[in-house]
Amino acid sequence: MVAFVLRRLALLVVALLVSSFVIFAGLQLAPGDPLAALSGGRSLPPEALEALRAQYRLDDPFLVQYGNWLVHAVQGDLGQSIAQRHDVATIIGERIGVTAQLVALAAVIILVAGVGLGVLAGLRRGPVDAAVLVVTTLLAAIPSFVAAIVLMSVFAVQLGWFPAVGAGDGFADRLHHLVLPAIALAASALAIVARVTRASVREELEREHVETAVSRGLPRRLVLRRHVLRNAAIPIATVSGITILSLIALSAVVERAFGINGLGATLVQAAAAKDLALVQGISLVLVAAFVVGNTLVDLVYAVLDPRVTVGSRAA
Amino acid sequence: MSADAVVRTARSRRARLAAGDVVAWICGGIIALAVLVAILGPLLAPHDPNAADLNDQFVGPVAGHPLGFDAQGRDLLSRLLAGARTSMLGPTAVVVLAMAAGVLAAVTAAWRGGWVDAALGTVMDVLFSFPGILLAILASAVFGPSLWAAVIALSIAYTPYVARVLRSAAVRERAQEYIAAAEVQGASAVAICARHLVPNVAPLIVAQATLLFGYAMVDLAAISFLGLGVQPPQADWGVMVSTGKAGVLQGYPAESLAAGLCIVVVVVAVNLLGERLGERRR
Repeated sequence: MVAFVLRRLALLVVALLVSSFVIFAGLQLAPGDPLAALSGGRSLPPEALEALRAQYRLDDPFLVQYGNWLVHAVQGDLGQSIAQRHDVATIIGERIGVTAQLVALAAVIILVAGVGLGVLAGLRRGPVDAAVLVVTTLLAAIPSFVAAIVLMSVFAVQLGWFPAVGAGDGFADRLHHLVLPAIALAASALAIVARVTRASVREELEREHVETAVSRGLPRRLVLRRHVLRNAAIPIATVSGITILSLIALSAVVERAFGINGLGATLVQAAAAKDLALVQGISLVLVAAFVVGNTLVDLVYAVLDPRVTVGSRAA
Repeated sequence: MSADAVVRTARSRRARLAAGDVVAWICGGIIALAVLVAILGPLLAPHDPNAADLNDQFVGPVAGHPLGFDAQGRDLLSRLLAGARTSMLGPTAVVVLAMAAGVLAAVTAAWRGGWVDAALGTVMDVLFSFPGILLAILASAVFGPSLWAAVIALSIAYTPYVARVLRSAAVRERAQEYIAAAEVQGASAVAICARHLVPNVAPLIVAQATLLFGYAMVDLAAISFLGLGVQPPQADWGVMVSTGKAGVLQGYPAESLAAGLCIVVVVVAVNLLGERLGERRR
């Protein structure tokens, strides 16, 4: 177990280093002068350009720039946004809250509705099962931005139950604003979780030890809880974790659709404006969250399923 | 099992297969139609998809314009038909690129094994840490917003998924005796892979490619929706969902909903067909 955890953590560090390098190097390759965004199309005198190049350290060798950037990034200094003339870290700090709340709310919806529907369909054959299958097949194919537009059109514009744009202030108002975006974000992931849950519950139900327990007359409730749901929890936890992590990047789409000023929407703006420092900073935060989350999912999986670590020792 | 029961099982299995085929045929028909429209789209369009007339803003269906008009008074049906081209071509390009790279990586890893396999595996693990949409946003920041930047970014992001699934199939195939026999006879590795190994995992490749098309279509449309893919005023389903948002807020959701429906219908058809292809393999 310890060896497994250590190896997984080593992989995490490598992944973080490589992805930070890719983010830095990729954007450094961008054609065009990074100062163009700053001068806003005006032509600046050469001395001013020189001063700016020195201020943003644009003349250092490539690896030195990367090293500087990484050391500063680890200390929480992600540089200056050239377009917004603000600390990148400050901007991220202001915007990360609403994105985290959006993803958390979507995660709750996925865990409650996705797992719930899946268990229901897995335990009850017949019309309930068929209905869940049809609904999840459709839901899985609805892209988040289409779901966003449909929800906005019906529940915000036609019925007026929810606000169409913005994120709101204070707890209740924020929740009210985030319900539709969170449903849009959760929709297709929920369908995937429901289908995997259904399949794994079904598989466990058909196992010999479950059939034996039932035939020996153990109460159905006890069999379900101890033998079916407990074993089915392993694949369910994994797929829930992975799909919830995929929402981190997808939140950009939903934030743009609902005009929420979160991290993802800011990333899209920054990309369109070629505001490289901001793009680097936000990408780094999002990728780090994704990679760390993936590691956590793997570790949880290892805790739930002892076969993983035993197998790794044998290998 | 009684003879009666055997007959009944056989009959129900046949019925299930036939039913499966009906769904597969419908899905295939929808996909064929979408491909046809993608090729012929602008020719089929009854009006110029970019001809705007603000007098017709948000006008509903009238004679000659069965779906009505968008926010700029452009004919909606013509824009949907013209938009099929980029909406279908983009995912096709992603599938071709990602499958090519993924098959190459998988076969190389399976064939060489050892450190080559381990190195390719590590590269794929690192690629896994970039969600496709995020990579596409980065690409648009580097190369400027365009469909092709998004296509290349998504192809790179999808490659590890393809490679991982195909690698295990290729490893199993590599262990077959006929491969060793061909090697003994002096056939080159490239020839064995091209002539025997890849054709033998072809059903899996087709099933993977089909599912990939659905993902690629959704992600590319999302990127165009964000304004970082296909650029307006060009008609594209993802762009139309986005440009239609102004109409949604004013209570005219036709443009967004129609374009969104096109995406959903094609994706459902592709996914159902892909699942069926995957099951038939077993």
